[in-house]
Amino acid sequence: MTDDLAGLQAETEAALAAAGDLRALDAVRVATLGKSGRVTALLKGLGAVPAEQRKERGAAVNHLKGVLEAAIESRRVALDAAALEARLAAERLDVSLPPRPFAPTGPESGALHPITRTVEELTAIFGAMGFGVAEGPDIEGDWFNFGALNIPDHHPARQDHDTFYVPAGADGRRPVLRTHTSPVQIRTMLGQEPPIRVIVPGRTWRADHDATHSPMFHQVEGLVIDRGITLAHLKGCLIDFLRAFFDIRDLPVRFRASYFPFTEPSMEVDIGWNRKTGELGKGGDWLEILGSGMVHPRVLANCGIDPREWQGFAFGMGIERITMLKHGIPDLRPFYDSDIRWLRHYGAPVLSPATLAEGV
Amino acid sequence: MKFSLSWLKRHLETEAPLEEILGALNSIGLEVEGVEDRGAALAPFRIARVVEAAQHPNADRLRALTVDDGSGTLLSVVCGAPNARTGMKGVLGLPGAFVPGTGITLKVGEIRGVKSEGMMCSTRELGLGDDHEGIIDLPDDAPVGVPYVTWAGLDDPVVEISITPNRGDALAIRGIARDLAAAGLGTLKPFAPDKVPGVYPSPLRWVVEDAEACPWVLGRAVRGLRNGASPKWLQDRLVAIGQRPINALVDITNFFTYDLGRPLHVFDAKKVTGDTLFLRHGRTGESYLALNGKQIAVTPEDLVIADSAAVESLAGIMGGEQSGSDENTTEVFIECALFDPVRIALSGRRHELRSDARQRFERGIDPALLPDALEAATAMVIELCGGEASEITGAGAEPAWQRQASLRFERIAGLGGADVAPDAAVGILERLGFGVVARDAEKVTVSVPSWRNDVAGSGALAQAPGLPADRARAAAEGCAAVEPECDLLEEVLRITGLNRIPPASLPVSSPVPPPSLTPKQARAALARRTLAARGMLDCVSFGFLDHKVAALFGDTPDALRLENPIAADLDQMRPTAVASLALAAARNIARGYPDLALSELGAAYRGIAPEGQLAVAAGLRTGETPRHWAVPARAVDAMDAKGDALAVLLALGVPMAALSVTADAPEAVPMGFYHPGRSGVVRQGPRTVLATFGELHPKLREALSLTGPAVAFEVFLDAIPEPKRRKKSAPDLPAFQPLRRDFAFLVDAAVPAENLARAARGADRALITEVALFDRYAGDRLPEGKVSLALEVTLQPRERSLTDAEIEAVAAKIVAAVGKATGATLRG
Repeated sequence: MTDDLAGLQAETEAALAAAGDLRALDAVRVATLGKSGRVTALLKGLGAVPAEQRKERGAAVNHLKGVLEAAIESRRVALDAAALEARLAAERLDVSLPPRPFAPTGPESGALHPITRTVEELTAIFGAMGFGVAEGPDIEGDWFNFGALNIPDHHPARQDHDTFYVPAGADGRRPVLRTHTSPVQIRTMLGQEPPIRVIVPGRTWRADHDATHSPMFHQVEGLVIDRGITLAHLKGCLIDFLRAFFDIRDLPVRFRASYFPFTEPSMEVDIGWNRKTGELGKGGDWLEILGSGMVHPRVLANCGIDPREWQGFAFGMGIERITMLKHGIPDLRPFYDSDIRWLRHYGAPVLSPATLAEGV
Repeated sequence: MKFSLSWLKRHLETEAPLEEILGALNSIGLEVEGVEDRGAALAPFRIARVVEAAQHPNADRLRALTVDDGSGTLLSVVCGAPNARTGMKGVLGLPGAFVPGTGITLKVGEIRGVKSEGMMCSTRELGLGDDHEGIIDLPDDAPVGVPYVTWAGLDDPVVEISITPNRGDALAIRGIARDLAAAGLGTLKPFAPDKVPGVYPSPLRWVVEDAEACPWVLGRAVRGLRNGASPKWLQDRLVAIGQRPINALVDITNFFTYDLGRPLHVFDAKKVTGDTLFLRHGRTGESYLALNGKQIAVTPEDLVIADSAAVESLAGIMGGEQSGSDENTTEVFIECALFDPVRIALSGRRHELRSDARQRFERGIDPALLPDALEAATAMVIELCGGEASEITGAGAEPAWQRQASLRFERIAGLGGADVAPDAAVGILERLGFGVVARDAEKVTVSVPSWRNDVAGSGALAQAPGLPADRARAAAEGCAAVEPECDLLEEVLRITGLNRIPPASLPVSSPVPPPSLTPKQARAALARRTLAARGMLDCVSFGFLDHKVAALFGDTPDALRLENPIAADLDQMRPTAVASLALAAARNIARGYPDLALSELGAAYRGIAPEGQLAVAAGLRTGETPRHWAVPARAVDAMDAKGDALAVLLALGVPMAALSVTADAPEAVPMGFYHPGRSGVVRQGPRTVLATFGELHPKLREALSLTGPAVAFEVFLDAIPEPKRRKKSAPDLPAFQPLRRDFAFLVDAAVPAENLARAARGADRALITEVALFDRYAGDRLPEGKVSLALEVTLQPRERSLTDAEIEAVAAKIVAAVGKATGATLRG
């Protein structure tokens, strides 16, 4: 590199170091690379260089240009970061000041998610039948989600669960995102002595994503353990619930034999509706709505409960599904999208909680 | 599982109409997924004869047909098929008929000047196959005028049912027939195939190296056969249930897979190397070309069938190409084996191979059926392909599957809540194949049929670790005592119909039930409502999101990264619900809604243990407050988020006077997503963090395209101590009016305003009941770095009115206390 170029580089770098803000930096850039900048002038002057030197000279000037561009950019990044630092340092709010006495928006613009509303309604209705609400973690041990529920490793039912896993912990077993709310049955039975009446509304997870499946969704589980509880009570309890929830006193309810590893006998429950219009209670078609059964003796025994003494039933249903049916919501996906237009449309008003007194 | 009505009737003697059969299937646990009645759809299409096929006068490629459909009137039909010719018989659709293959309803038309009063159809147009080379060409004896489906035997409804994992026996049409017969829909026909004598020694023998994986296997050869297309009745059966006919030998094995639920395999005996078939474990490095066209590398955990040269099949799951039968096959070896269901399930899962065989073996095959199934298959091979059978060769033995179970009749009502007479219950069990061993007034003891491995089966419990030993033992004994009985009860109730059991409402446990929510749950509900009442929209979002987004909001440990996310942007359990709300806000802003107030009561995940899941009430506001004629719109700021957080805490009964709000961001609180100078932490006591709030960090707003102002908060519900339930003390209702005095202080801008209020309050605890900060001024009229803060102090006299001197004295104490604590001076 010839002396004049080296000098120019040194001068520019010194100027960059001295540039304390973006304006100064820009001045350096214009003076160097701008229309009348010094490097620009050198490039323009190449024509006057003797032909035999022009190639070498041109390469040197272009190299210098690249070096200076990079230097300017790196200085800009540093100045930007410093400017943000300075801005953040200058923007100080005394956070101990009292907030404004009124919220910027009032109850008229708020709303509760339809899932929230349904859970409140479930709680009110089952609460009237003496059920408490139980909860459990979303990240669940393999034994709670499967083994304790009579679903051993090789069980074909495991394939239907599309389980999400997180990395194995110290015990070498991979925790799962619970595929159903049933593990809370186990936690409840281990945590308290019968009699038991609980519902478990909560988030559940399965690796399935399409128009009718969401990788996260909600179920409500029910568990009743007592002496002398029979399948007739299971039917009565569910019929009572379904008719109250959908507010249809004569809602047809049908029970079909089925299979779940954790209940025996097991049954699926259908309600009457009109497939074409979607109207519930009329029309002669059947819609599957939940699964249920008498708690399997193995599940009781796994939790240390003697099935000769205690018996009972369990059920599980999809909260989104009953919500969609009750309110005629056609599509599952917007439930989780937080689109305010949808939330305002389907959201429940804030100031009328779900109570049996006011009607669910 | 699909079956056609005619196939069902091979095993079930019944006159019941289809609707009744469908109803019974649904009731007994064989849920009907669909019914395909091709006969109904194709009923309008009739067999017709082409009386004359003339060249269309105006089109080279078309023909003008004169067609006799048996109605007595000849029809004119224009047809483009190359095979249309005078005298042929085909299938005619008349105007009004819906053509399933094209989705068109026929009508009378005119094609280039020639009238067309119908359509001669191809196989594809009728939805019966892929052939579209020409119109259907029927044999001469096809009767004109008869519906095509009737003549072709296609008017056979096909039913698809879903089989629950416990019912391996119902993966057989015979098993379905047995259930229906038990439910009263007819009689199960006997199945007792004649023995086919072996006329030569089997050319192959079995060697089983793992008797647990394969307790029993039979085989025999048939030589001198000819393999070709199977007869029409067999092809029709398979096509009806969606199976592609291959050749007679393969079709026969498929037939028995569905008919008896008994998978079989045929080896081309000539392609087997050596005279031995080994049932052994796979060896590392071995592989075989499976019938699905894929090369499968077997493992030492797999059971394989191998000859002396190579692996020929993955036992019980999928056969291999190498030794499969083809049109040149003249001698076959029929395999009929029993495999351990668990091993099949694990092998199938390991190789992600799904097959009809695996589906049946992993649910359990009838261990007693092997000899009969082999005889029936041999007979059919000889019937369809000719040849003669070898002797049967085998290894292992029929396992001891015999077991008994008892049902106390009392349990039908006692657990089932049903009223079923003992005779009726026993009758059901007998029709299902259970044999009565003993019976008295209280109970019946039955033998369990070989095909019902779901009844009175074995298998270890998975009891909770840490149960007291005596409790665990009693529970296990109880289970062993009642489980077989529950299995029998299930059969009785299932076949009786659960719908027939009269429902009974739950007995009332307490006339006025206790609260259903725990105090903690009730608090969460209240928090949600409080936020919604402040105009926020309650959201429900996915608990996982893109780990790169999650990292903007907090720690993203590998332990909370999904091993098998369904999408790359749903792979990390979220560190805070604020992250979900920020993403939701960005979506809404992009839709043209910049002014938002979103909240969510949901989990934040900090670890895989249950304690790692925090219950958080989170909220986010963006943009501006609503425009209003009397109240100007303004950007939302950190004070709005603080107001939201404090409103939740107040609603949940937190003693507000005991809270402190500071701007520091300790390591323990993941505050990285807030603006460092415009965010605060709400604490109760020195440690317990109840909430955080603030403006979102500008870098984060940029990264998520949150244009405009954005503020957020989190309230940690688990950290809030349960409020003590005690009676309120008597209210303080002094007889004297309170006095209010204002004080304006000049103080360093860095001093938190809260410190002044606290100091003022402490100046005279008896007299001062309230201190409120009502003004803050910072501007040119003040010295550099100073602000003016104005407090309203409420003094409450109790014994008598205060004198001026007393008021002055209190005021002086206040000024002194504030000055001492904060360095503030009274503003002149």
